[in-house]
Amino acid sequence: MEIAKKKAHTYKPIKNKKSFWGSLIHQRYLYFMSMPFVIWVFVFNYLPLWGWTMAFQNYRPGKSMGEQEWVGLQHFIMLFQDERFYLVLRNTLAMSLMGLILGFTVPIVFAILLNEVRKKAFKNTLQTITYLPHFVSWVVVAGIVTKVLSSDGGAVNQLLTATGLVDEPIQFMTKGGLFWIIVTLADLWKEMGWNSIIFLAAMAGIDTQLYEAAKVDGAGRLRQIWHITLPGIRPTILVVLILSIGHLISIGFEKQFLLGNSTIVDYSEVLDLYALNYGIGLGRFSYGTAIGIFNSLVSIILLFLANGIFKRFTNQSVM
Amino acid sequence: MKSSKGDLIFTICNYTFLTLVFVVTLYPFLNVLAISLNDATDTVRGGITIFPREFTFKNYITIFEYDNLITGFVNSTLRTVIGTILGVISSAMVAFTLSRADFKGRKFVSTTLVLTLYFSGGLIPGYMLMRDLNLVGTFWVYILPGMVNAFNIIIVRSFMDGLPYALQESAKMDGANDFSIFWRIILPLCTPVLATIALFIAVGQWNSWFDTYLYNGSDPSLTTLQYELMKILQNTSISSTDPNAYRGTEALEGAKNVSPESIKMAISVVTIIPILIVYPFLQRFFVQGMTLGAVKS
Repeated sequence: MEIAKKKAHTYKPIKNKKSFWGSLIHQRYLYFMSMPFVIWVFVFNYLPLWGWTMAFQNYRPGKSMGEQEWVGLQHFIMLFQDERFYLVLRNTLAMSLMGLILGFTVPIVFAILLNEVRKKAFKNTLQTITYLPHFVSWVVVAGIVTKVLSSDGGAVNQLLTATGLVDEPIQFMTKGGLFWIIVTLADLWKEMGWNSIIFLAAMAGIDTQLYEAAKVDGAGRLRQIWHITLPGIRPTILVVLILSIGHLISIGFEKQFLLGNSTIVDYSEVLDLYALNYGIGLGRFSYGTAIGIFNSLVSIILLFLANGIFKRFTNQSVM
Repeated sequence: MKSSKGDLIFTICNYTFLTLVFVVTLYPFLNVLAISLNDATDTVRGGITIFPREFTFKNYITIFEYDNLITGFVNSTLRTVIGTILGVISSAMVAFTLSRADFKGRKFVSTTLVLTLYFSGGLIPGYMLMRDLNLVGTFWVYILPGMVNAFNIIIVRSFMDGLPYALQESAKMDGANDFSIFWRIILPLCTPVLATIALFIAVGQWNSWFDTYLYNGSDPSLTTLQYELMKILQNTSISSTDPNAYRGTEALEGAKNVSPESIKMAISVVTIIPILIVYPFLQRFFVQGMTLGAVKS
């Protein structure tokens, strides 16, 4: 212990000098604690970017970089000539935009309504229950959705036939036109409660005196929501909008993979699945990578587009 | 103060609506549970709501006859435990260095990390990398790629930013080095936030199936529980919604592997149970963690 004390003192002057090597030695523990992980991130997150070169080659596994045949934009041209590609692009855009709009607005509405509940027990129970689906895997959720919508004994069809709204059960999972809605609603069911947490936290921070004052002025509940709650959570809404626009990049394919089936593949296939089927399924790595690159470009364009619209209306920038 | 008529209507509508949300969220879970506890042959008749008609534990016993499920359970548990421990340690260490305003490499480390939130190489390059690193067909493909996660680091870091710096200064005065400050002082204080990200990582590990599908799908000894469940559910999802959807050979092929509805639901319940066990203990932590993490970034 004594020695350690002395050592700490002797390092002091080096810190004052503030040279690069001096700080490297002085802060060696901090470097030891972060640099291995930076290398880690470099390997697993940055190196795959190098793989993008595959899209410009006729990539053959097992050959070195020099031995690959470079073909320029050939794979991209093939991609743009493929009719299926436009179908898949349409699906990707439709589902990501529907998801963005509903996934952003509904949790706000839900949080506001939940905030108006005065019964603590009811509120807590509802919160606990609605957070839960977030922690359940998409595999299970897809199973649940299929079960609830099934034509033999699914809850939705039972309800519809019992109330006389339809004569015979609807086969939800075989109707391509319904697939986008099913995916979006399933996602909403899973994440609505979870996404409302942050808004509820923001509402808890609003000064209660504001509500008291509004009540004295004769404002009803709806007016209080409009003039106090909403402006109060405005900064949070903006942050969440930024985050959800950022998430456009990773619209994912899990739900489409798990909920889709061969009869409605024209509506369920998204760019990532298309890349997966071609790239790994058929071993066409270069073509698959070209699809992946296009996917990233679409996401970035969406991000800029959303950012532009956002800026126009709020004078604030997302990025 | 007396509430007006309008407010009363609002309150009634609100409670009605929220009760509806409550039912819609909870019902599917209870339905799955009821079906899993119902006699498999009786389930085929349909009409099970939230109570089993012919109560039995037989489905749960039958599950143990699926060899792959046992292997899957072991692998899922292993990856959850190992992945969580490594993930929490790495997040805490990096977050600590980022929370130190005097750390010279801070800007570099934080930029490197934050950028990963906005791009990824994509499916195929990712797959090729795993192949080149010889990770395909190994258990470690579940652990290594996602070990350092920028989002978790941001959450832990914003918690650490809230701790008084004086604590570290006084420890330094006593001769502690940066590592022992981290280990003995900061880490114990971070229990709530570490519990939060531990939950995130653990749930992510427990729930993931796609890496099994992509990298280890042909190796039964490396299978995971979710992947097995996925296979069982996918096999029959069509034929159960529409008997006519699959015609010809495919239908016959599928029919051989069809597991009864009750068995499928029992497996689903088994995959949810571990989450239900830890969930109540960690709920207050993750609400705090979510709020912090989101506001900061």
